Amino acid sequence: MATAISPEFKTITINMGPQHPSTHGVLRLVIELDGETVVSLKPVIGYLHTGMEKTMESKNYHKSITVTDRMDYLSPLGNNMAYVGAVEKLMNLEIPERAQVLRVILLELTRISSHLVWLGTHAIDLGAMSVFLYCFREREKLLDVNDMIAGSRLTPSYFRVGGFFQDVPDTFVPHVSKFLDEFPIALGEYQNLLSKNRIWMKRTIGVGVLSPEHAIDLCVTGPTLRGSGVRYDVRKAQPYSGYETYDFEVPLGRNGDVYDRYLCRIEEMKQSLSIVRQGLDRLRPGTVRCDNPYLFPADRTDVKLNMEELIYHFKIMSEGYSAPPGDAYFGIESPKGELGFYVVSDGGPIPHRTRVRPPSLINLQALEDMCVGRMVADTVACIGSIDIVLGEVDR
Amino acid sequence: MGLEELVPDGILTTTVEKMVNWARRSSLWPATFGLACCAIEMMATSASRYDLARFGAEVFRASPRQADLMIVAGRVSKKMAPVLKRIYDQMPEPKWVISMGACASCGGIFNNYAIVQGVDTVVPVDVYVPGCPPRPEALIYGIMKLQEKIDNQRLKQPAPLAESEPPHIATETSSASA
Repeated sequence: MATAISPEFKTITINMGPQHPSTHGVLRLVIELDGETVVSLKPVIGYLHTGMEKTMESKNYHKSITVTDRMDYLSPLGNNMAYVGAVEKLMNLEIPERAQVLRVILLELTRISSHLVWLGTHAIDLGAMSVFLYCFREREKLLDVNDMIAGSRLTPSYFRVGGFFQDVPDTFVPHVSKFLDEFPIALGEYQNLLSKNRIWMKRTIGVGVLSPEHAIDLCVTGPTLRGSGVRYDVRKAQPYSGYETYDFEVPLGRNGDVYDRYLCRIEEMKQSLSIVRQGLDRLRPGTVRCDNPYLFPADRTDVKLNMEELIYHFKIMSEGYSAPPGDAYFGIESPKGELGFYVVSDGGPIPHRTRVRPPSLINLQALEDMCVGRMVADTVACIGSIDIVLGEVDR
Repeated sequence: MGLEELVPDGILTTTVEKMVNWARRSSLWPATFGLACCAIEMMATSASRYDLARFGAEVFRASPRQADLMIVAGRVSKKMAPVLKRIYDQMPEPKWVISMGACASCGGIFNNYAIVQGVDTVVPVDVYVPGCPPRPEALIYGIMKLQEKIDNQRLKQPAPLAESEPPHIATETSSASA
């Protein structure tokens, strides 16, 4: 932490980050302090700038899916969905029923696993170490699901334009059902540890208040917005992948403080469980690929036997498929807020421009208003409560 | 045989070198240097299921001055590289670096204007752990490999600094040709 004292010796400026355990990655905050009170706070970003949007402009549509995984690495499937959804909108594809249901199940499981990391790290920032261990215990079960469907724990890249490359294995449904039975008990444990914990309540209630009007002005979305009591959820406002047919509530906070945002996310996990349960009931056998031969490579055995299939396989893997000229925006309710992809096509197999609307970056704007006038220790609580992922802020 | 027969039970004899290396490798204190996706797997490694504490390396320190192992977990952007170097310089000797994941090792899938193509261009790396991101088992294996390396270090010849690292291959070939 480098320090600088202003000429009048009234305030002191300190650097928090970019390498600081409670800035959730490589966020740097330049904080001006009067004693211990925050006078002004400026986030400095870009320490994890990866050039993802530019990288996507040099890759085929299906190769860019792997790049999206590494953006918000706590909800990789959410990023897959937003990107794939934008390309599907561009190409006007009809997704089969089974693929849509599976997507909803996987998106909600990802939401739970993302919220678990948030809860664990948020609690560790405020001094509750054991919650972190319990959260990761449950999260491992969800990472096992990723491992099962795609062979990778953290970056599955499982979604494809037009559905999925392959169906989920037979072990998927029993594993998820078992998780659905076990998780409510674990969620109860977390709430027992925190919700009525006197230290937790003192650190969070009344801290980092964001008024609903101001939240709307700042375009804040996700649980950060709903904690202030504004009812906006992309799953309800612009449903995708059949969310309009599921029965779920949008939890709202009242005071807009850190504690309400905590309650919102806990309640969201319960709602996600209910959505997953409904999804499993609806899961019927069927295809997971849409009816377009240009999107998916040929069957593996055919590739080995037929020359034409081999050529076709080579062509689809090297050149890819083209989207008609035009542009499309597709937004989803990621665990952080509205995550949107805007894809512009010039008719070729490579997007002319890809632009991301990252919820973390836009939610980060609210940080200064939450922190100014409060103690520097509350800054840590506020950063945790807006649940930013620097991979998404900087891209 | 020798001294062991004369000393009472419960006393072992060893060399100072072995004992110091044993102490160093058995309590590695990593600095928290989570950058991107790999940091989440690094957290998972120290959490419930994988429990890095079994290998004595679970005390993640927020301050580099208290750490002797830097796990570079994630992609290093050009803006972050000077910070990384500075934090490495702040760590006291002896210190080691694990480059975790494809991005830290070689840039990974991001071969573009923003990402440093391998953290070994900034700090000397002892162990590279492949994967995108590596599974916690892989990171634990990397740490075990580093422990093996520390076990074989000589006390009189401490780990060379970044600037003065001798080019091993070059000296061998020159001596062979001479």
